[in-house]
Amino acid sequence: MSDTPNTASTFDVEAIRAQFPALQQRVNGKPLVYLDNAATTQKPLCVIDAVNQFYRVDNANIHRGVHALSARATEQYEAAREQIRQSLNAAAVDEIVFVRGTTEAINLVASSFGSRLKAGDEILISALEHHANIVPWHLLRERMGIVLKVIPVTDMGELDLSALPALITPRTRLLAVNHVSNALGTINPVQAICAQAHAHGVPVLIDGAQGLPHGLVDVQAINCDFYAMSGHKAFGPSGVGALYARRPWLDELPPYQGGGDMIETVRFDCVRYAPPPAKFEAGTPNIEGAIGLKAALAWHAAQNWPAITHHEAQLLAAAAIGLQEIPGLRLIGQAAHKVPVVSFVIAGCHPHDIGTLLDAMGIAVRTGQHCAMPVLEQLGAATGTVRASFAFYNTMDDVQALVRAVHRAHDLLS
Amino acid sequence: MLNITPQAAIDELKSEFAFFDDWTDRYQYIIDMGKALPAFPADKQDDAHKFYGCQSQVWFDAEWQNNRLMLQGTSDAAIVKGLIALLFRVYGQQTADEILATTPGFLDDMGLKTHLSANRATGLMGMIQKIQTLAAESKKTP
Ligand SMILES: Cc1ncc(COP(=O)(O)O)c(C=O)c1O
Repeated sequence: MSDTPNTASTFDVEAIRAQFPALQQRVNGKPLVYLDNAATTQKPLCVIDAVNQFYRVDNANIHRGVHALSARATEQYEAAREQIRQSLNAAAVDEIVFVRGTTEAINLVASSFGSRLKAGDEILISALEHHANIVPWHLLRERMGIVLKVIPVTDMGELDLSALPALITPRTRLLAVNHVSNALGTINPVQAICAQAHAHGVPVLIDGAQGLPHGLVDVQAINCDFYAMSGHKAFGPSGVGALYARRPWLDELPPYQGGGDMIETVRFDCVRYAPPPAKFEAGTPNIEGAIGLKAALAWHAAQNWPAITHHEAQLLAAAAIGLQEIPGLRLIGQAAHKVPVVSFVIAGCHPHDIGTLLDAMGIAVRTGQHCAMPVLEQLGAATGTVRASFAFYNTMDDVQALVRAVHRAHDLLS
Repeated sequence: MLNITPQAAIDELKSEFAFFDDWTDRYQYIIDMGKALPAFPADKQDDAHKFYGCQSQVWFDAEWQNNRLMLQGTSDAAIVKGLIALLFRVYGQQTADEILATTPGFLDDMGLKTHLSANRATGLMGMIQKIQTLAAESKKTP
């Protein structure tokens, strides 16, 4: 027997697809080709079953009941926290705060961390950010007079880190960048960015919405202070996600929202907060979401990751090569390190028209600005792009279907 | 153009569309309708006449002439522009009463529902609401 594992033979994409009921349908009479995974992924049966099972059998509120169902619900909810810890490789389970998703995680930091800032303090983001990592800081600017500074992006769609030393000043309080760009697919060198920021005593928040689905996360190796993620982009339910924060931050920062579950004692003259992470989790959370997310992440972690990485790279390369044969097509974002996302424009064809025609052919893509207007404007795609974003359940046939369909759309529109 | 009722225009469109069994022909027809739309005046292609959509833009203007609503419009996207032309065939040059009696539900029957169902993406829904609002307002002001 050979001792080099043959990744192709140990990765059976059809066996993976068979676990996704939503992928088995026809749309507009054609087999669905789902290429909008950066917006949200489909869910495997184990996730659907876990949510279903919770409501059929275990439904109760957590952390407060004396009865059996509440104990079961609490146990599963806390097991979900432990699963997230493992998937992010956090050092301790109490560094995981449940939130609605990446957007809420960033808003939590902007609110709690932001409350200690003063006018003139600087937050450093990048030109590659999703609106979820721009607008919360903009709100803070309006409220407190902080200054927002922006790391520029090169025409290839990579962060221009040569600009970083000049952008970090004695007033820089936080650097907040994404792990992977949703609009372009660029994988940012977050570990190096953290090292540079920390050298100046600046903490770092990573928007990890697009990082986890592609198996890229190890918060200890990245050495970030905060990491934000969304369950729905990693095969889990929507409306649940997590903020990882290094424990000293969670001790130090004030709570985000007030309510039940986040307090130890309440008197009208004095409230004692619960220790983290409960301190940041006011009210009844998305319990079934957390339980579904646990199933998703356990399933995700059990996959053959070297084979998936290889498969995703093949999908990306084939899509880029196939699409570039189409006359007038320009890929937007050609970073050296990318997840399987292709964003493109075609001269003379509006992205929305292309997306509409692809939908008629059963192919789901996203068109528009992908909540990332600034970077698309810079790269000359202000009216938006067509974005095909792959998950590892996509196949080479999906790539071929996409390329054929874009050819047809182009013919119809020109 | 001889004026027909909105319902007659809808029936006409439906029979034209029934003729196509291939989606490509249907979209080709919509795109061609857009190409045939009278040019939208360049000086009106501004924010005041724009319906913002996060995917495509719609520019629009309307004016009453002899109690009938004259419509002008365009879009940066070819299919949206074609859908504007299609909507104008139904709502253009109609009276306020006729406009108010005609909901855009007929698009469902034509397989074009996804373009409008609560869809703010294209700006088209905003245009239809504006046409309805103009008709409703004209009935209030004698
Ligand atoms: C890079 C990035 N950040 C943040 C978000 C926001 O995630 P959510 O809508 O799940 O909160 C997204 C989702 O599209 C994203 O891609």
